[in-house]
Amino acid sequence: MHIEIDEIAKSFGSTTALHPVSLAIPSGALVALLGPSGSGKTTLLRILGGLEFPTSGRVLFDGQDATGLTVQERRAGFVFQSYALFRHMTVFENIAYGLRARPRRSRPNRAEIGRRVTRLLDLIQLPQIGGRFPSQLSGGQRQRVALARALAIEPRMLLLDEPFGALDARVRKELRQGLREIHDSTGLTTVFVTHDQDEAMELADLVVVMSMGRIEQVGRPQDIRARPATPFVREFIDA
Amino acid sequence: MFDSTLHAAASEKPAKWRPVAEESRPVRVLLIALALGGLAVLVVAPLAVVFAEALARGAGQALASLTRPEATSAIRLTLIVAAISVPVNAVFGIAAAWTITKFDFRGKAFLITLIDLPFSISPVVAGLALVLLFGTNSLIGGWLVASGFPIIFALPGIVLASIFVTFPFVARELIPVMIEQGRAEEEAALTLGASGWRTFLTVTLPNIKWALLYGVLLCNARAMGEFGAVAVVSGKIRGQTATMPITIEMLYNEYLSVAAFSLAAVLAALGLLTLALKTVLEWRHADQLAATRRH
Repeated sequence: MHIEIDEIAKSFGSTTALHPVSLAIPSGALVALLGPSGSGKTTLLRILGGLEFPTSGRVLFDGQDATGLTVQERRAGFVFQSYALFRHMTVFENIAYGLRARPRRSRPNRAEIGRRVTRLLDLIQLPQIGGRFPSQLSGGQRQRVALARALAIEPRMLLLDEPFGALDARVRKELRQGLREIHDSTGLTTVFVTHDQDEAMELADLVVVMSMGRIEQVGRPQDIRARPATPFVREFIDA
Repeated sequence: MFDSTLHAAASEKPAKWRPVAEESRPVRVLLIALALGGLAVLVVAPLAVVFAEALARGAGQALASLTRPEATSAIRLTLIVAAISVPVNAVFGIAAAWTITKFDFRGKAFLITLIDLPFSISPVVAGLALVLLFGTNSLIGGWLVASGFPIIFALPGIVLASIFVTFPFVARELIPVMIEQGRAEEEAALTLGASGWRTFLTVTLPNIKWALLYGVLLCNARAMGEFGAVAVVSGKIRGQTATMPITIEMLYNEYLSVAAFSLAAVLAALGLLTLALKTVLEWRHADQLAATRRH
C-alpha cells in the first residue's frame, strides 16, 4: 500500500513534536525513520498507525484520505518497542487475538484460526512455542511473536517501533535478516523506527533522517551516505 | 583472570564470607522475635480474646444471643450494605484508575487527591456532612423525606456513608499496578482490531484482576466494619438501622458481654473468611499470578 504523509504536524500542549512534514512511501518499500530520541519519529509512526492524531495535515493510503480512520480501521500491523505481548495469554492466544477480535461474520472458525497461527509460528521459525507464556520467552523470541501477532490480522502495512531496541547485538543482527525476509515474502509496506544508523542503512530501501520534529533527508542508504543533505545528517550518520 | 582474584580473596577470609543482603545471626533472631511478638500482641491476642469472651458462658449462650432479632437484623443489614457498596466502589474504582492511568488531562493530580479524601477526613465528619446534605432540615432531605424516600436514619444513608468511606480502596490498589503496566498492551489490542470494550475485558481486566481482588477485599472488610460515619447517619435504631459494629457497641455498653462478643466474633469471622478466600484463590492460581507479575 502506498502511503502519503501530507503536511502532518503534531503538538502536545505547548511542545511541538512534529513540524509540518511530508513524505511519500512507495508501496512495498521497507522504510526506516532514523533519528535521535525526541526527533518525532515515533510520533510519526504512531500517527500512521492511528494511535495518535495529527494536529494538522493528512495521511493518505493508496490515495484515499485516511486521517480520520480509527486505529482499528487502519489495519496496521504494529510492533511495539517492548513488544506489549499480552502477558496473561499464551503465545498462541496472543497471535490469535486479532482474528478472534473480528466481528462474527468475518471471523475465521476455530480450526482456521489454529491453522493460521501454526503457519505464522512456522514463518517466525518458532513452531514449538504456542503453549508458552511471554514471560517464558527470550527477548528475540518475544520480538518474533510480536511480529507474528501483527501479521495475523493480514495488515495493510507493518509499523515497527524500535523493533531491535531491547535486544543484544548478536540477536539483533539475526533478526534484522528475519525482518528483511518477512518483508520480502509478504510484500507489505513496512516502516520501522530506529536510532541506530547501521540498522537503518543496512536494512532499509529508503531512509528518512529526522531531527527535532523535521525531516532532514529522505533517500536510499547509499545516497544518504554519499551526499548528506545537512550538517546534522553528516554528523549523525558518521557517529 | 577476574575469577581467580575473586577466589583468592574468598579463600583468604573464609569466615567473613556471607551474602551481602543477609544479617548476622543475632540480628536475625532479634528481628524475627520482634515481628512475632508484635504480631502476637497486636493481632493474635485481641482476636483470641474476642472468641474467648464470646464462648465464656458456653456455645449455647453465644448462639442464643446471635439468633435474637436484634443480632440477625444487624447481620443482615451489614451484609446488605457491603453487598451494595463493594460492587459500586469496584466499578467507581476501576473507572477512576482507568481514567487516571490511561489518559492525560488537566487536573489529574487534583483528582488523585480527591480520591484520597475519604482517607484523610474523619468518618464522623463525613457522616455529619451527609446529615447536613440529606437530613430532614436540608432542602434536598426535606423533599426526599416528603416523597417517602428518606436517606438519613435509613438504609440509603448507611450505604452512602459506607461508599464514601471505602471509596479509595479499589482505586488506590489499581492505580500503581496500572501505571506500572502502561498503555502498550491496550494499544496493541486496539491495533489488532479490538474495540475499546473488548480491550478492557480481555486485556485490562485480566492484568489488574489480582489488584482488583485485593482492593475489593479491603473495601469489603472496611464496609462491614465501618463505625463512625455509619453511627452518625444511621440514628442507631435497634433492629432497623443498627449495623453489626453499632449493635456490638450498644450491647457492650449495656454490659451484655456475651451478646456483644458473639456478634464481634461473627464480624471477625467474616473478615477471616475473606482473608481465607483470598489465600485459596492465590494458591489455586499461583502459576498464573507468577506469569503476570514477571515479564
